[in-house]
Amino acid sequence: MSLPAPAITRNPQYMRLVHVRRRLSFVLSLIMLVAYVSFILLIAFKPALLGTPIAVGSPITVGIPMGLGLILLAFVITGIYVRLSNTLFDPLTDQAREAVRQALKSKK
Amino acid sequence: MMKSLSKLTAGLFAGLFALGLSSPVVADALSGAMPKQGLNLTAITMFVIFVAATLGITYWASSRTKTRSDFYSAGGGITGVQNGLAIAGDYMSAASFLGISALVFTSGFDGLIYSIGFLVGWPIMLFLMAERLRNLGKYTFADVAAYRLEQKPIRTLAAFGSLATVLLYLIAQMVGAGQLIEVLFGLSYSTAVILVGVLMILYVTFGGMLATTWVQIIKAVLLLFGASAMAFMVLAHFHFNVAEMFSSAVSVHSKGAAIMAPGTLVKDPFSAVSLGLALMFGTAGLPHILMRFFTVKDARQARKSVFVATGFIGYFYILTFIIGFGAIVLVGTNPAFLAADGSLLGGKNMAAVHLAHATGGDLFFGFISAVAFATILAVVSGLALAGATAVGHDLYANVLRKGKASEKEEIRVSKLASLVLGILAIILGIAFEKQNVAYMVGLAFAIAASTNFPIIILSIYWKKLTTTGAVLGGMLGLMTAVGLVILSPVVWVNLLGYATPVFPYEYPALISMPLAFIGAIIGSLIDKSKSGAAEREAFAEQEVRSEIGADVLEAPAKH
Repeated sequence: MSLPAPAITRNPQYMRLVHVRRRLSFVLSLIMLVAYVSFILLIAFKPALLGTPIAVGSPITVGIPMGLGLILLAFVITGIYVRLSNTLFDPLTDQAREAVRQALKSKK
Repeated sequence: MMKSLSKLTAGLFAGLFALGLSSPVVADALSGAMPKQGLNLTAITMFVIFVAATLGITYWASSRTKTRSDFYSAGGGITGVQNGLAIAGDYMSAASFLGISALVFTSGFDGLIYSIGFLVGWPIMLFLMAERLRNLGKYTFADVAAYRLEQKPIRTLAAFGSLATVLLYLIAQMVGAGQLIEVLFGLSYSTAVILVGVLMILYVTFGGMLATTWVQIIKAVLLLFGASAMAFMVLAHFHFNVAEMFSSAVSVHSKGAAIMAPGTLVKDPFSAVSLGLALMFGTAGLPHILMRFFTVKDARQARKSVFVATGFIGYFYILTFIIGFGAIVLVGTNPAFLAADGSLLGGKNMAAVHLAHATGGDLFFGFISAVAFATILAVVSGLALAGATAVGHDLYANVLRKGKASEKEEIRVSKLASLVLGILAIILGIAFEKQNVAYMVGLAFAIAASTNFPIIILSIYWKKLTTTGAVLGGMLGLMTAVGLVILSPVVWVNLLGYATPVFPYEYPALISMPLAFIGAIIGSLIDKSKSGAAEREAFAEQEVRSEIGADVLEAPAKH
């Protein structure tokens, strides 16, 4: 005795959850991908640019903060996703699950 | 089982001491005939403590490993933070600790490029896969891929993808282990390989996922502690001024200012992008990593594990960068660590270990050596468990016995498989002693990115994927990745001795990964079969379960 899945996919709470979460996942993945591929393309086509000092006389080159920045970015955007999941998606998931449960019950 | 375990333990210790005390290694070290260390007693003592502790855990875990779910996934009872540490433990292999710091030591900035590639796969894994994998799968990623597709072909393909990745990775680790332990501990190469293989078999067959997880966690904590201490001492040496560290390194390195810019690691745009793709998406297709998501209770814990893992792995790579630069100054200029020709004693991978000696003396050197050994053990155990699960759960229980094997039979086959994998790893480790195995980890990532990853991602997100498409795409990706590596300079020229490579690049992912996706898409679109239609029909249900939890569609408890 179960509710057909296509019916659940039309449930408003479910649709909202999936829509918002997919969009966030997509946008964050794209940010990571674009940042990383740009870095790789810089290495491939403009390696000298990454070797330019950040200030006259400094031993630190542009590539160093850029590379460390990428590591930091990876950590920060996973943090953003987890934070939004905890505060936004988990309640939505609970609502969607509850709606499905009610629908299953009333069908009985 | 426990009796035999303690017997084995006792035997192992006896063996270890006998090896240490009576082997001809001491004589070799005294005569100076071999380029390895004398018997490193501090390191051996610390390593014996580690082995004793982990075998104790294995003994404890063996009493809690009864069911299939215990063996493959520690009963789902690992917390998000524990799993995050264990994932970090799985991922921070000796290759990344010693290899990346060595790369920084020899080429500076190039080491950073490598570590970034290894890290950026993690956010993608979190955003697209982690929670959905947990919601859909039980023990292996094949559970997810075969959720609505035909069991037999999909699980066979996934098991082959897993075993290929695991074996290549395992051989590379074994060869690295043998060489490293030979230098660090003064044990012979084959002794080291056998020791690693035997301990790995013990952890996995007796302690299953629970023991493997705790071995990973302990090792991750030790490694993070050791690397942090080393990086701290390096920074203290330069008065906590990174500019001073970089300028000293530039002034003493033979490549001078070139170490602050991209160098020779990536030779051309094709290789740059291809390597980048393999590292980024290969991570999301490594069976021993994917398996870790099934050890936690639910999607929320899976999500937390990736966040914790990403933090620790990123932090660790920053440490290896500091360690590499520290080694340029503190090791590269110290004649005590250099051979007559100016190369590093014991090989270039020893930069971090010598740095431990330079910054913390004999005791710290012993500690870091023991940690490196522990790291290898932990990583090979994770690999062996993933391989054994692919054999026992996917090939035996679901393909051969069509899901009709009893739990007992399945566990027995999985344990047998881990024994066979362990023996195979020892034999291959010894056989490949003098071979160049550097291409193997690269190939493992390429296969993971071109076979496992496309199948998982399409089966989760693309409604129209059918069995025909998945098999076509997966096979195409697998064959292209393997074929191109065989035809590439590393195998065709270096290993087989031909003059010119057929395929000029080292990294195949830029070709093999898109081919896998194209194959899967075309194969699915031309599939007009009835079963294909049923598989598309089943997507809605799979999607609901993957989004809000697998249990939600079951009838609610009556009350």
